[in-house]
Amino acid sequence: MAAQQKTEKIQVMRSQLGRVRGLGPAKSGAHHWKMERITAIALVPLSLWFVFSVLGHLGAPQKLVAAWAGTPVNAALLLALIIMTFHHMHLGLQVVFEDYIHSAGRREAAILAIRGACLLLGLMASVAVLKLAVMAH
Amino acid sequence: MNDIRKAQMLGRSSESGLVQRPLSPHIGIYRWPPTMVASILNRATGIALSAGSLLLVWWLVAAASGPAAFDDVQAFIGAPLGLMIMLGWTASLFYHLFGGLRHLAWDSGHLFAKPSLNPVTYAILLLSAAATALVWFVAYIKLEG
Repeated sequence: MAAQQKTEKIQVMRSQLGRVRGLGPAKSGAHHWKMERITAIALVPLSLWFVFSVLGHLGAPQKLVAAWAGTPVNAALLLALIIMTFHHMHLGLQVVFEDYIHSAGRREAAILAIRGACLLLGLMASVAVLKLAVMAH
Repeated sequence: MNDIRKAQMLGRSSESGLVQRPLSPHIGIYRWPPTMVASILNRATGIALSAGSLLLVWWLVAAASGPAAFDDVQAFIGAPLGLMIMLGWTASLFYHLFGGLRHLAWDSGHLFAKPSLNPVTYAILLLSAAATALVWFVAYIKLEG
């Protein structure tokens, strides 16, 4: 039989808030979660619009597609789609990496890499749309 | 010990002896509830869409570069491999869209009651399959009809 150990209640002269401050992973509060939702809400109409637009231009030559993408409204919607897509993609893949990569160094490196990749891909697509918008007559 | 699974059911009693304890089932012997499948699919389609975004960038950059570059993209998309990627992309997009709407409903405190969990899960599977089929039907009519 193991001896029953008596635990003493220790009085700590610190407030509950003082004891938890600085602990845990909540460095930026709910910002990541909130931005993931905001970009998701924006992507619902934008991605539906994009699918319908692409369906309307199936098999169309480059000239027609470029003219479509170059109008101010379509170019603005495409830019919004690009920004929201790559922001959402970065936030989502970051969570995937946080869940599955257990070594802190490799995890941070992967998150940084995907951040850079999303930024570059988003910039490339945006520059392409801006070029079409400027070239359009 | 007749059952190999019992080897995992090893615990320690409060009096320090070894005892057999039931453990919650691990993935291998778990009957997958629909909600679990839906959750994994949402993440998987998100990863697939991330890969598919490369095609979106290529398509836009090619459209801005000129007819020759654009023809290359169109040829790639029109080839069997490209068509398979596009099918996966549309299915992933619609699944992630409806799955995402389900998450947004949950976040706002709706549809989270136990009776509605499985029906909503079946509904998003059906809706995404139907939307994918509709898009490809329209595409087929437009190109072949």
